[in-house]
Amino acid sequence: MTSQINLRLQHSYPGFSLDLDLQLPGKGVTALFGDSGSGKTTCLRCIAGLERATQAYVQINDEVWQDSQRDHFVPVHKRALGYIFQEASLFPHLSVRANLEFGLKRIARHERRVDLAHATELLGITHLLERAPNNLSGGERQRVGIARALLTSPKLLLMDEPLAALDNQRKREILPYLERLHAELDIPVLYVSHSQDEVARLADHIVLLREGKALASGPIGETLARLDLPLARGDDAGVVIGGQVCHYNLHYQLLTLQLPGSTQQLRVAHASLAVGQTLRVKVQARDISLSLVPGEHSSILNCLRVTVVSETAADNRAHVLVRLDADGTTLLARITRFSRDQLHLYPGQALWAQIKAVAVLA
Amino acid sequence: MPLTSADFSAIWLTLQLASLTTVILLIVGTPIALWLAHTRSRLRGPIGAIVALPLVLPPTVIGFYLLLTMGPHGYVGQFTQFLGLGTLTFSFAGLVIGSVIYSMPFVVQPLQNAFTAIGPRLLEVAATLRANPWDTFFSVILPLARPGFITAAILGFAHTVGEFGVVLMIGGNIPEKTRVVSVQIYDHVEALEYAQAHWLAGAMVVFSFLVLLALYSSRKSQTSWS
Repeated sequence: MTSQINLRLQHSYPGFSLDLDLQLPGKGVTALFGDSGSGKTTCLRCIAGLERATQAYVQINDEVWQDSQRDHFVPVHKRALGYIFQEASLFPHLSVRANLEFGLKRIARHERRVDLAHATELLGITHLLERAPNNLSGGERQRVGIARALLTSPKLLLMDEPLAALDNQRKREILPYLERLHAELDIPVLYVSHSQDEVARLADHIVLLREGKALASGPIGETLARLDLPLARGDDAGVVIGGQVCHYNLHYQLLTLQLPGSTQQLRVAHASLAVGQTLRVKVQARDISLSLVPGEHSSILNCLRVTVVSETAADNRAHVLVRLDADGTTLLARITRFSRDQLHLYPGQALWAQIKAVAVLA
Repeated sequence: MPLTSADFSAIWLTLQLASLTTVILLIVGTPIALWLAHTRSRLRGPIGAIVALPLVLPPTVIGFYLLLTMGPHGYVGQFTQFLGLGTLTFSFAGLVIGSVIYSMPFVVQPLQNAFTAIGPRLLEVAATLRANPWDTFFSVILPLARPGFITAAILGFAHTVGEFGVVLMIGGNIPEKTRVVSVQIYDHVEALEYAQAHWLAGAMVVFSFLVLLALYSSRKSQTSWS
């Protein structure tokens, strides 16, 4: 029994071709990230069998869903998957309860690992059961759609931009539920998105797609910090750090996090958390400034000892991106080319990174 | 007594013909409409056009070709003779076949519209929720397309009741076998029995009005989901 997702997909239609060969972790959340037209959705549809890729090998842990060389193709309704579409697509002629039971009824009793009470509680929709889908808000509908998919006890959850059709407030409403899902259920998730924030918040692993090909595939922390990928050059560039809670200052409401494998610390404004818990934060490249001396007498809370690793051009001529190492944790800093020359930056140089803001992700 | 027993037997025959035709059309028309609504095949255009042909062709043209193919020298006729069934022309079975073809677009098109309106997404959702295609048909397509089925059944039935040209070409005018109401009215008029013709024709007007009334009033209440 292998805990791995193996994908080989070759599929083309006029004006587009998908050509992927990926080994993905068989647990946790893997983000398929890319612009529209990069093949994210097609990839997901081929995995589900909603589209039949011409040449394909699809293996989800110990099950092979498609092997075109042996002419093996498991029809969609026989694949133990949950698919969340961009719009919730609830059945309009059925109540919320009947929608939820649609998939549940169709799987054998001994295969049910998620029950109705658990799923509705997990997604906060218990009070909606007797309603008609028409009377739900967009966010509620999407939560029902997610619960409906979970109730088939899937071995793989495929989510196609589940938040894209929602406004920011609805997104904030659903994200915590997705995080609970991640924390409480042991189902691997393939999550399609073009939002770097969603990806940073939810994903453990990221596949970067462009024009039907995978530019990169790797753990989220490493991959976001790679200077050779277009991710680092954008305005949203930054790194995700999983810090361990080591102190809480009640008076100032500040939480202190320790960088993995280091004594250096980050302080963030946050409610109290138990010592030892891991908190995921994102540090944007544009929020880091570099200095040759430790920043004192400043309102900036966080100042880390770092060494310069490398640098690359940003998406405009005025800026450069500098990759930094803080005792094993990679950081990206977006500074002006002018500042770089003023500081005479060179690889191996030790300096101080002042962090203006740390965004708490989860 | 305004209606004669010959009139009643014509009405009875018409109702039998229209009911049987409607049932057959719903069974045959549903897969055709499903295919037309969802296929990406190049044959979609031609098949759709063939199904719609009876809308524009004079009934006598359809009747003429049916007469030839089902007659003793036609392919169908030779086949039915080979099976020992004789020919289908001038028989009730022949009328049913003619009516099925003649009323086909009136059943297929409302169904096709209903299936197109459901769209492919909900069917994909059903498949990802473990429903096989038959299951999906009965648990998703049928309930969502119910207004389409009602419209199709009413139009198919009413249109068959109203047919004349095809019946005359392939069925002739045999009492209790092929003499339907429209032919009976024609006979009355030919025989200058205008009073008799009035009663039957009036009944047809009332019937048709009621059918359409039912259809249009039910349409108003069909907007419950979008």
